Amino acid sequence: MKRKYIKGISNAKYGYMFSLPFIITFLIFSLYPTIYTALLGFTDCQGAGNDEWHILEEPLANFKLVLTNGTFVRAIFNTVRIWIMNFIPQITLAMVLTAWFTTKRNAIKGQGFFKVVFYMPNIITAATIAILFQALFGYPTGPINDLLVSSGILESSYDFSVDKTASRWTVAFIQFWTWYGYTMIILVSGVLGINPDIYEAADIDGANGVQTFFQITLPNLKTILLYTLITSLIGGLNMFDIPYLYLGGGPDQATNTANVFIYKQAFTGRNFYNRAAAASMVMFVLICLCSLAVFYVMRDKEAAEFKKMKKLEQKAASKNRLGARNVW
Amino acid sequence: MVKKVLPIVYKIFQYLVCIFLTIMCILPFLIMVVNSTRSSGEIESHAISLIPSSYFMNNLAILNDKSFNAMTGFFNSAIISVGVTACTVYFSTMTAFAIVAYDWKLRNAFFSMIMCVLMIPATVTSIGFYKFMYSIGMTNNFAALILPSIAAPSTVFFMRQFMLSSLPMEILQSARIDGAGEFRIFNQIALPMMKPAMATQAIFAFVQSWNNLFLPMILLTDKTKYTMPIMVSQLSGDIYRTEYGAVYLGLLLTVLPLFAIYFLLSKYIIAGVALGGVKE
Repeated sequence: MKRKYIKGISNAKYGYMFSLPFIITFLIFSLYPTIYTALLGFTDCQGAGNDEWHILEEPLANFKLVLTNGTFVRAIFNTVRIWIMNFIPQITLAMVLTAWFTTKRNAIKGQGFFKVVFYMPNIITAATIAILFQALFGYPTGPINDLLVSSGILESSYDFSVDKTASRWTVAFIQFWTWYGYTMIILVSGVLGINPDIYEAADIDGANGVQTFFQITLPNLKTILLYTLITSLIGGLNMFDIPYLYLGGGPDQATNTANVFIYKQAFTGRNFYNRAAAASMVMFVLICLCSLAVFYVMRDKEAAEFKKMKKLEQKAASKNRLGARNVW
Repeated sequence: MVKKVLPIVYKIFQYLVCIFLTIMCILPFLIMVVNSTRSSGEIESHAISLIPSSYFMNNLAILNDKSFNAMTGFFNSAIISVGVTACTVYFSTMTAFAIVAYDWKLRNAFFSMIMCVLMIPATVTSIGFYKFMYSIGMTNNFAALILPSIAAPSTVFFMRQFMLSSLPMEILQSARIDGAGEFRIFNQIALPMMKPAMATQAIFAFVQSWNNLFLPMILLTDKTKYTMPIMVSQLSGDIYRTEYGAVYLGLLLTVLPLFAIYFLLSKYIIAGVALGGVKE
């Protein structure tokens, strides 16, 4: 019976206790590997079994190497380029579908079915999708070539895996194909979250569908659009399964993304753990910057508004003072 | 006249686009299913067909010959995914409970930290992670893939949002007055009330773990430990160069469980995706 009193007084200790598993796991499996990776970036470590590594005499040599030898920088540009090639069509299509799926007047029938179908590729293993598309884009007798030739669009089979631009577009297309359904569902739920009174008011004022979309839906979706943009960018920077399995980073490194580069450095050939670690840390910083942006976008809106108001008030106050002086 | 026709044309256009996208989403999988029953010769002469053939068992035999052991992959993936799901859901709920139900000094700092690491993917620290696991002999050990999921920031974030809106503190207080210990309160009162949110998160944790390629591929080098995605990645190798039918069948085998999950739970999955997007 004595325990009850103690509990009542120091409830806080359970807060620590319940979050302990998370904290311990985080320290061991996340924080320590992060620090370890950062450290390896400054060393001459090669191979997993090698415990005799040293900090380099010139500690930043690995970073200099990966940032100047071209392959890694090109890999980052490839990653961003492929991401942009997939994201612009993806967000455009998702917006159009969102507009169609959220109109009240004369709505599309079978929306539930379409949503289920469009989202489906997103749930399938990326590795499977990569190999599946490798088979589909096969040369000379893959299904897509079969379709293009027998329907008369092409005269003879086209090898999608030889041309740099074509291979980038196919990787971007696969990414687009797996993600547009997801983006659409997020945007639809964002639109459904907008206060219906605003739409009603617009309706009464006689706004048409296009006006409603550009004047009400789009401005109200701004936060969610930004969130989608940045999370998609982080995901895009992490692209690995599809470019690695579909074309192995080729042809001529056209689809060599940052993660493919890191994987190849560390786990093939001469196991340059140090260079891979340095490259990882560069990516880590880039992703941290992106995630800071998310943090900034998603931060407590009211607090931000409050700050803004205060600033405006201050401005107004100083202006008033100036104005008052002028009158004098 | 034009005013009446135009909306109808527009509507037809909308349906046409939706139907086109539906075909685009389904056709690759349909080709995969059909081609898994056809022989390599048949596929080579005509890669697209909607008529199944009779070489299914034949393709299966080819796969088995080439040591594509679907059963092993399935069980390994299942063990890891179930372990990850259980750890993620249970401990994330527990962590969220610690943040929501108790007033402790570092609570806000702790939550801010979770928000900060929310977006950082495990792949960027994989080099240090792998070397660490290697040095303590945990490569080829499923625990190395399961245990880290005890700390799943995004799930904690989601559970916290859900708890704030649907876990009445009065009930916890009354249980306390009735003399229930804090662990009992969590396990027998809070946990059952979180079931809907836990179910959604469980689906996503399971699917994500099932689909994970990067870390398992690095950590698991023993063939008997391969997961489904690793087995799939082998299908692009040279030994399958001319075995088209077998490749399609291998792909089909790896996605069957996902298809099953999706067709049974698509409603909840889509609702879950929608919830994840509106973080307010």
